[in-house]
Amino acid sequence: MDITQNFFELFELDASFDLDTQQLSERYRELQREYHPDRHAHKGEREQRLAVQATAHLNQAFDTLKNPLSRAQYLLQQRGVETGEESRGQLPGAFLMQQMELRESLVEAAEADDPFAELERLEAESKALEAAEYSQFNAALAAEDLDSAEVSIRKLQFITKLLREIEAAEDRLDEEY
Amino acid sequence: MALLQIAEPGLSLDPHQRKLAVGIDLGTTNSLVATVRNGVAETLANADGEHILPSVVHYAKSTAPLVGTEAAAKANQDPYNTIQSVKRLMGRSAADALQLGEQLPYEFVESDTGMPYLRTSAGDLSPVQISADILKTLNRRAQESLGGELEGAVITVPAYFDDAQRQATKDAAQLAGINVLRLLNEPTAAAVAYGLDQQDKGVVAVYDLGGGTFDISILRLTRGVFEVLATGGDSALGGDDFDHALANWLMQQAGEHQYDASTSRELLGLARSVKERLTNESQVSVTLPGTGAEITLSREQFDALVQPLVAKTIRACKRAMKDAGVELAEVQDVVMVGGSTRVPLVQTRVGEYFQRAPHVDIDPDRVVAIGAALQADILAGNKPDSELLLLDVLPLSLGLETMGGLVEKVIHRNTAIPVARAQEFTTYQDGQTAMLVHVLQGERELVDHCRSLARFELRGIPPMAAGAAKIRVTFQVDADGLLNVSAKELSTGVESAVQVKPSYGLSDNEITRMLQESYSNAQDDREARSLREQQVEADRLVAALRGAIAADGAELLTEQEAKDLQAEIEVLENLSKGSSAAAIEAGVEHLAQVSDFFASRRMDSSIQSALQGQSVDFFEKEKR
Repeated sequence: MDITQNFFELFELDASFDLDTQQLSERYRELQREYHPDRHAHKGEREQRLAVQATAHLNQAFDTLKNPLSRAQYLLQQRGVETGEESRGQLPGAFLMQQMELRESLVEAAEADDPFAELERLEAESKALEAAEYSQFNAALAAEDLDSAEVSIRKLQFITKLLREIEAAEDRLDEEY
Repeated sequence: MALLQIAEPGLSLDPHQRKLAVGIDLGTTNSLVATVRNGVAETLANADGEHILPSVVHYAKSTAPLVGTEAAAKANQDPYNTIQSVKRLMGRSAADALQLGEQLPYEFVESDTGMPYLRTSAGDLSPVQISADILKTLNRRAQESLGGELEGAVITVPAYFDDAQRQATKDAAQLAGINVLRLLNEPTAAAVAYGLDQQDKGVVAVYDLGGGTFDISILRLTRGVFEVLATGGDSALGGDDFDHALANWLMQQAGEHQYDASTSRELLGLARSVKERLTNESQVSVTLPGTGAEITLSREQFDALVQPLVAKTIRACKRAMKDAGVELAEVQDVVMVGGSTRVPLVQTRVGEYFQRAPHVDIDPDRVVAIGAALQADILAGNKPDSELLLLDVLPLSLGLETMGGLVEKVIHRNTAIPVARAQEFTTYQDGQTAMLVHVLQGERELVDHCRSLARFELRGIPPMAAGAAKIRVTFQVDADGLLNVSAKELSTGVESAVQVKPSYGLSDNEITRMLQESYSNAQDDREARSLREQQVEADRLVAALRGAIAADGAELLTEQEAKDLQAEIEVLENLSKGSSAAAIEAGVEHLAQVSDFFASRRMDSSIQSALQGQSVDFFEKEKR
């Protein structure tokens, strides 16, 4: 396996945000069939070590492309923009206000009459925000407007984190009921 | 006259050329060994025709340990020397053991490594040694019934086992003289046993409630490839807990009567038999030991006692489904594993939750060993055309301790393995020259709530302002779920690495000592073999490199580079004549490293020729 190939090439996919996840999974399994250490279990130690390295790379590539946020970040990275784990830099005040309000609603949801319904409402709202931001990102990328694309990623990092917290709140509720 | 044998297509290997490989289910309560013979996977019996080996070992002064049924028979009269459910202690700390101590009536002694030892008449023994005694018995059984040395074994572990527990299992196998082809998750083995890999595609849930552990795995199957989407469960919940709940209830019925270690066991045995009888009967009467009182228990009463435990398993199923990102309607098959799935309440609740009747046709006690045997057959190279491939995930997140006793996750749980991931850290004090790397496993935020796997130090960082040094810590997890960690300071290249030996596992020295104690002769053989293996490896690398230089050296290497490489090759050749396997291994590693740049140039140049329309298949080149 050539680990200098970019992830899209590895999976024989066009380097775009909208990708055929079906084809991604299929190609992933094909490559696994070829490189997985179990395929080389009866061979020498060196082959096994190479197999581990190749599949580790393959798994990383697959994880990166499968998840929309990391896929978007990777596309930017390919264009020389590093976005990293945590958000830095300024975001529009209106966006931050909206995020704060959503977070407050999340805290209050636990006390609501029907906490499950409240959480579902919050989740739907956040997912709509997420979808809108992804299409913004996609458009910015198509126009090679990297600054706007980067702002989209930073917003998406906030939204993704919020969605995770909503899910965690749901888990906690499940435990209680 | 001998009959002529006609081989079935696909089984054309001469039986004598087939490599002998087995699957071992090293269970909390029972263990089994299975193999593929004439294309059929079957469990192997001992001389008395018994397939199930109770995971019980009895130790006595100056005689060999008893394993299995004979040992179990000693449980009542000699409880402290009769070790049961040792799997619960694998990879656990002394503190964990004490917590379990209420349920495991043994005397624990702490060792320097923090691993609990059990005090017996045969001395203080680690859980790894005790498990090794069980494995030795199975290994012997396999060699006797198959008539030869084993190529290796696939040993199953609960999907939920963390790195420490997996490592302890592998250590036990090493101690028993077994070559581990792969540690395989028990639920995955069960799905393989049901031949679900023959289906085109679908989602499979495997519900495994054994004696001591509960696992739920959600697998996706696509034309022979099993992908573990998510695993969950509880490494301290199982049928034993049903027995304890019932025994406690029985104890309450006995009122004032006091039970000692030996009669508590009797009560536990009684509870187990009541549970088993309630599978087919709607009510059971028993006589309480000690008081002689007659007690009747209905299945409804029993269900009420174990209901909270069953509910706990269903909650874990829900979480796993969520992690897998799969809807209930997508689940095509539900596979039941483990003796405790015979409990009617379990079958009902699981069926209700997944909205379909679970598979129960294969003996739930044997199904894991059978699946493991099928996988062992493939890994040993007996079925080169097999489509079956098992892709596994990491059961628990791996991370590092950062400031304030917090855990920074480096690899999240349910990430597909093998996996390698690096994270950069920095120093927090001016002039800091060393850094402690503390590796943890678990989902919680605080160090104290996660399992400590290893600590090591990176020394020799050049003094710099706080935050200026860049330390990259790399985690590498292999296909068995075992971890390697290395750290490197990027500006200077100072490096440090550990093969993670879990804090509660055996140190390498301990393993060496035990191996020497158990068979010093076999040890020599092993060293000789490893020396030969390393020599072969060295020769292979030297020959390959010479060939490559002859083919492409003139074009791709400067004169100086070619000269340097030749010199390095000679160094390895000289090492290879010596008698230290470790030195040769290090030499091979070194030569591979220093020749890496040449390999990548060759690859680049073959890609270029490929792009120019010449049909050079660089993938083929890589594979060899």
